[in-house]
Amino acid sequence: MSKLSLPVSDKDHRQGDPDAPCTLVEYGDYQCPSCGHAYPIVKRVQKHFGKRLSFVFRNFPLTEMHPYAEPAAETAEFAGAHHKFWEMHDLLYENQDRLDDALPFQLAQQLHLDPEKLRQALASKEFEPRVRADFRAGVRSGVNGTPTFFINGQRHDGAYDFASLVEAIDGVLV
Amino acid sequence: MTAILTPGTVAPDFSLPVAPDKQLSLSELRGKPVILAFYPADWSPVCGDQMALYNEVLPEFKSFGAELIGISVDGAWCHAAYAKDHHLHFSLAADFEPKGAVSRAYGAYREKEGFSERALFVLDKNGVVTWSYLSPVSVNPGADGILEALEELEK
Repeated sequence: MSKLSLPVSDKDHRQGDPDAPCTLVEYGDYQCPSCGHAYPIVKRVQKHFGKRLSFVFRNFPLTEMHPYAEPAAETAEFAGAHHKFWEMHDLLYENQDRLDDALPFQLAQQLHLDPEKLRQALASKEFEPRVRADFRAGVRSGVNGTPTFFINGQRHDGAYDFASLVEAIDGVLV
Repeated sequence: MTAILTPGTVAPDFSLPVAPDKQLSLSELRGKPVILAFYPADWSPVCGDQMALYNEVLPEFKSFGAELIGISVDGAWCHAAYAKDHHLHFSLAADFEPKGAVSRAYGAYREKEGFSERALFVLDKNGVVTWSYLSPVSVNPGADGILEALEELEK
């Protein structure tokens, strides 16, 4: 079974207690419909486990198939540099059906981030190395598509509906 | 079911269409590592698609000087449409006529279904298999095994 090759660290975007007994890692793509489908499920799973679960999101954009995935990922990282990663992550998934070249700027404005600074960050590819690093580590960990989940470092090969994720996480919490 | 070729075996040479008007022979690629990725069919579901993943990982493969070839029994025109739609930047070989002959030579053909296994081979610069892997047909094997095998070649 494939394992997370790069351990979760404070460089990651993480929700919840770093000392929680279970950490769920998602490798995702903002333009991937399956990730969009998984987004509200993960929210429910987080609510279900509360303090016992922390959640980490890493980038895995399939850029050739999803032309807006890379700029979206870099936009979330840009927001992260301004302490608004999760706000942007959530807005990108909640508005996935209208993701295009313009949406990141609208969302930046909504979060009171400077669209001009975002434009510069995207043009200079400031956050591309971060996104690539996530992608490379994902490939090495056996990420073979999106979304791919890891539960306490082990790849979750089962389904990712609510019941399946809860069952898998229960399995490491006992 | 026959077993796939194992490390140490000289990879059988082949010449297959990689475009409607272009043939590729394995022997032309001597001198660099080669990744052969047999897969069941073009047009499988999108986000978990093995060839789309390899397309993204291509720069990593290239950093080892390796050449990637995808092989299925789909015809050259089908491959061309699939490669165009998915923006693939590597060759897809058509093991189309006689159907599945190359897949069979590598032990990577499913007689009952009539398509290739999901099987991976890494060849060294002399055309010898150094790593091979047979994945369950419905599971995308990812790229981690290939990258590890390419790293081994450099040791």
